[in-house]
Amino acid sequence: MTAYEVLVAPFAEFEFMRRALVGVLALSLGAGPVGAFLMLRRMSLTGDAMAHGILPGAAIGFLMSGLNLFAMTIGGLIAGLVVAVGAGVVARATQMKEDASLAAFYLISLALGVMIVSLRGSNLDLLHVLFGTVLGIDDATLLLIAGISTVTLATLAVIWRPLVLECVDPTFLASVSRAGGASHIAFLSLVVLNLVGGFHALGTLLAVGLMMLPAATARFFARDLTALVTLATLVAAASGVAGLLVSYHLGAPSGPAIILVAGCAYALAVLFGPVGGLIGRLVPRRHLEA
Amino acid sequence: MSAPADASAKAQIAFSDLTLGYERHPAVHHLSGTVHEGTLLAVCGPNGAGKSTLLKGITGALRPLGGGIDLKGLSTRDIAYLPQGAEIDRSFPISVFDMVAMGLWRRAGLFGGIGAKDRERIEAALAAVGLQGFETRPIGTLSGGQMQRTLFARLLLQDARLILLDEPFTALDASTVADLVALVGRWHREGRTVMAVLHDFEMVRQTFPQTLLLARGPVAWGPTRDALSPENLLKARRMGEAWHQDATSCTRAA
Repeated sequence: MTAYEVLVAPFAEFEFMRRALVGVLALSLGAGPVGAFLMLRRMSLTGDAMAHGILPGAAIGFLMSGLNLFAMTIGGLIAGLVVAVGAGVVARATQMKEDASLAAFYLISLALGVMIVSLRGSNLDLLHVLFGTVLGIDDATLLLIAGISTVTLATLAVIWRPLVLECVDPTFLASVSRAGGASHIAFLSLVVLNLVGGFHALGTLLAVGLMMLPAATARFFARDLTALVTLATLVAAASGVAGLLVSYHLGAPSGPAIILVAGCAYALAVLFGPVGGLIGRLVPRRHLEA
Repeated sequence: MSAPADASAKAQIAFSDLTLGYERHPAVHHLSGTVHEGTLLAVCGPNGAGKSTLLKGITGALRPLGGGIDLKGLSTRDIAYLPQGAEIDRSFPISVFDMVAMGLWRRAGLFGGIGAKDRERIEAALAAVGLQGFETRPIGTLSGGQMQRTLFARLLLQDARLILLDEPFTALDASTVADLVALVGRWHREGRTVMAVLHDFEMVRQTFPQTLLLARGPVAWGPTRDALSPENLLKARRMGEAWHQDATSCTRAA
């Protein structure tokens, strides 16, 4: 097999592969930066909880109007925001710590979502909702994903400074500006939006994978923020493309293939990453002069 | 009780029967007095005396339980505050240059660009704290002293009328302290109002003309030599630190 046959032909020959390609590339543009900030804000688990939280909303949309893009998107958005706000409120208003309250929320959401989908749909529908159908993306979904990525990048440009500052030195931000709270809410909304976008391609369970794994991978290579965000986006895009090819050639399901490729990148980064990677720690090079 | 500084100076902060605290328990109790513009004021007292609480109250982070603070028209943007052991995420991938550049927030805000002139100011601030050549270093690689120098460079750029420092010289070596104290002196000469929480009485006596000795309530406030007299220090030390769980409502006349 030539390189052309392996790398290009699948996309050249099949329209569904081209759509999937555009879909994952657009998704990566939003998921990369959002994932990087989730990680830096120590909110990786929050992303996970919100991804699960989307499920019952999307499931109610499914219950009411079947596999309808609009209904499931709106349902997912509402549910995601409810979980984001609800977990925060429970953590602040009661003695429950935020991680435990998030865990409670996402377990309930997952069970509820599976229950609702099963009420009406088949097991196939359930698989669709849980793991997505990146090979079945239609025009409307592509537009939705591209729109979400555009909104994400524009919003991040606006809230970049307070977002960074709130991670590094929250007291300082609070002393010079009141933008901290607003930017946090805007950021949470972006997380929900990107998860909803990712959910159509990768399903509720895996959508967060395209955010967290590339960001965690990039952290082993990048020492500054710009590099981190750029690299996370590139890793997400590369995982998307490679995952689609793997899935095409091996006949494997595409969503899991994409996330597994990202997972392999992460494993390699843990081992060989120059910034705090395992090998570098176990086999230190000789120290420098100064 | 009030600082009897020269009468010509304008008031910068006026405390009127101020009580600050947590869950109704006072940490600063019935403080009245005036800090005049351009004052270099040390805030001293035992642990738990309410020194940090007082600074938090001035920044507006803590609402008074009673009384009030009049900042004479200063907005939060005119106040630079360096908290004690600032809660900074040292693992965040950001360079010393960018960290210091945040001091320009008052001018640049959310979107303002950082132009060539600003870069010069940032370089000058880094030079003033002795951190030339550190521009691209991630903050995670700095020592404690270098981090404090970075924060002082940021304070320099904030260009604030009122500067609040909470134990700014703790755990630093002598040369770092000397450099940073020189900066505080510079702010004083520039006519800014500086309040610093300090434990080193020797340094306070040498550098700070005015001192507020706090032990929940004000013990003494005035020229450092008088405020830090042995009798006053003894009085301050007698203050009980613990809260009284079953304390009743304070009935002292407002």
